Amino acid sequence: MALPQTIPLLGWAWDDLLFLLLAGIMLGSAIFVVIGRDIVRSGLSMILAFAALAGIYVLAGAVIVAAAQVLIYIGAISVLILFAIMLTQTKAGPAELVFHRQAWAGALAAFGVAILLIISIINTDWPLRVAERLWSSTTDIALLLFGDALYVLALQVIAVLLTAAVVGGVFLAKREDEPDPGERQRANLDRLLPPPEAERP
Amino acid sequence: MSHSLEAYLILSALLFSIGTFGFLARRNAIAMLMSIELMLNAVNLAVIAFGAFTPQLQGHAALIALLVMAVAAAEATVGLAIVIAIYRNRRTALVDEFSSMRE
Repeated sequence: MALPQTIPLLGWAWDDLLFLLLAGIMLGSAIFVVIGRDIVRSGLSMILAFAALAGIYVLAGAVIVAAAQVLIYIGAISVLILFAIMLTQTKAGPAELVFHRQAWAGALAAFGVAILLIISIINTDWPLRVAERLWSSTTDIALLLFGDALYVLALQVIAVLLTAAVVGGVFLAKREDEPDPGERQRANLDRLLPPPEAERP
Repeated sequence: MSHSLEAYLILSALLFSIGTFGFLARRNAIAMLMSIELMLNAVNLAVIAFGAFTPQLQGHAALIALLVMAVAAAEATVGLAIVIAIYRNRRTALVDEFSSMRE
């Protein structure tokens, strides 16, 4: 069964409906991330916001970015954040104050940022308008990434940055009082081996 | 609506300001990091929107978005490691109780 060109009662195009739906899900769950009392639920709601954003990327024609969004944000960063939440939760967590006492100033600043951005977006005459959805081609992106010297350099820098971040993260999160495995092994060996001849009575 | 640049940019602006509010108002350090992730996603959405409406920029926009994602992953790793290291010493993840670090 073929769908009609527009939505029967409203007369909208289908991708407009999809856009509104995804935008609503994304903004709603993003607001819940920010105001939610239970931080585990905030983390789960952040996954929903990322998923809706991946849908919006597909609507904008950036398929490879949507796939990377699912893999990196939903797959990796969300799991990392949920682990960190569970490692740092206290029993009193949900009963504590969610916001600073100066939260109204933050709300004012955020509202100001939103108003400023929206006014400047609406008042700018964007000369860009496409009638047809352009699907980005993965081949073009790969050729650009490995053909343009600037992007090759950026790729190498990102690789070094990620390695440094992983090493730094392990170093920071490591317990300081715990002896390193080699030392522990040596201690075990010392206990097992008989003491040297000189110390024997 | 999904064929106009303004809609994407306004959505991105709203998401960015939600993230700004969360970063300024939440007491929990991990909630602040989640707000930073929301702001980075808003920027990515704006970049992708500009790419989608300018054919000669489309590949560049996708690449910039991917690089931003990689940097965001690095930032989340180090940020969460710092929060866990502080939690181990102070037994709290609330930033207003970290102020004794100044002494």
